Amino acid sequence: MSTTTVATGRDLLAEFERGLDAPICLTWELTYACNLACVHCLSSSGKRDPRELDTAEAKAVIDELERLQVFYVNIGGGEPTVRSDFWELVDYAVAHKVGVKFSTNGIRLDKTAAARIAATSYVDVQISLDGATAEVNDAVRGEGSFKTALQALDNLAEAGATDFKISVVVTRHNVTQLDAFKKLADDRGAQLRLTRLRPSGRGADTWDELHLLPGQQRVLYDWLVDHSGEVLTGDSFFHLSAYGEALPGLNLCGAGRVVCLIDPIGDVYACPFAIHDEFLAGNLREAGGFTSIWRESALFSSLREPQTGGACASCNFYGSCRGGCMAAKFFTGLPLDGPDPECVKGYGEEALAALGEIDRPRPGADHSRSIPLMVLKPKNAPVPACAEDPLAGFDPNEVAVSSLSR
Amino acid sequence: MALTAVAVETFDADSPWDLHESVSVRPERFGALLYDFRTRRLTFVKDPVLQKVIDALSTSSSAREALALVKVPQEDHERYLSALARLAETSMLTPRSQGEIT
Repeated sequence: MSTTTVATGRDLLAEFERGLDAPICLTWELTYACNLACVHCLSSSGKRDPRELDTAEAKAVIDELERLQVFYVNIGGGEPTVRSDFWELVDYAVAHKVGVKFSTNGIRLDKTAAARIAATSYVDVQISLDGATAEVNDAVRGEGSFKTALQALDNLAEAGATDFKISVVVTRHNVTQLDAFKKLADDRGAQLRLTRLRPSGRGADTWDELHLLPGQQRVLYDWLVDHSGEVLTGDSFFHLSAYGEALPGLNLCGAGRVVCLIDPIGDVYACPFAIHDEFLAGNLREAGGFTSIWRESALFSSLREPQTGGACASCNFYGSCRGGCMAAKFFTGLPLDGPDPECVKGYGEEALAALGEIDRPRPGADHSRSIPLMVLKPKNAPVPACAEDPLAGFDPNEVAVSSLSR
Repeated sequence: MALTAVAVETFDADSPWDLHESVSVRPERFGALLYDFRTRRLTFVKDPVLQKVIDALSTSSSAREALALVKVPQEDHERYLSALARLAETSMLTPRSQGEIT
């Protein structure tokens, strides 16, 4: 036999778990500045950080990503479009063969911007929306944010854009609106994207009142199975696979292996949901830049070592759920080799109960404006433009395989 | 997804092919990753030889010539052509006019 074999999904996972020489894609938060103050913002955004990478530095990062052949960047924030050089950087990335997907609340997505996006397949946009009605959305994202997002979506549809996304963080309050979200997307020729709420950033403060109740997790899982292939999930629900069949997608944690986060000041974290010193690999302003952090940092090396599964190793479902989300465990105070707090078998709840009252780790880099934030009446907290899973759009079926054998 | 018989039958191994300009190729220790910016799909090529064949297409006057250039053994040709047919089926490979070498 020659070495030309079919690459099975398992082969792929093994390769990815060992880490690649460069990320496939990464999340890049261009600014901590944001016009909104979503109660569950992963990056605790609000105020601009004065140390933010300037235009020249950002372009140098793009040059480096081009050399590494990173296929695309998921640009977020904060609200990335409030940077005056936003389009300059987008154009620069595209010219240097680094594709751009960006998340926005729609504040700057006027007809001109929509036409621009419609004109190229190298720029992909997703509009964050956390309620299918203004009432549910605005309770989490702030008053008027529903109207702004809908206007942006209509601008994109009118400009003839295709494939743009409506990105929803699923919460206790909007999980009943999944069909309505789907219709909202379908009516505009958009694609629906659902992602998981994480207890990261300000989400740490609102997790307890927003995360899905056990019964709701089952509702979501069934809905995802029923709509398989019709919605994107950023592969963020792989912990639900223990309900039965694996959901479409790359069912593994890609943090530090195939993805990572670059924050506005150049700090490189293992993933966008883990802004905390524990997951900080270095700053790309230091000698060696991003490349040496990706290839040599102690943190990323350790994330690429074989995982034992810890307390989950003996669970029948470990093979599909892989122990769940690292960030969700960390910020709820659970050990990284233990169950996910939302483990569908209930082991997470048991572990949390065993912990009792503890001081949970506090998210780092808080750029919140000094206004009191609370979940408003329909108590809902979605993830803003900053909640971007770097593997967004990687349907498992999309990881096509070259059939060489037989 | 299994390769359809139609794709194999309709793939013209004696014609010149190119990687579509919207497809980006990244060599990896296991072969290569291909990313298509039009469909935003990632394709995993777990075979360094196939990656060389794909590379050779642009300077070959046919898919068969690319196989010869990379010295793929005759008995393996069919399997490699099937893989190329799969890429053509998803329009990651695109036919090139005769005589035009990029």
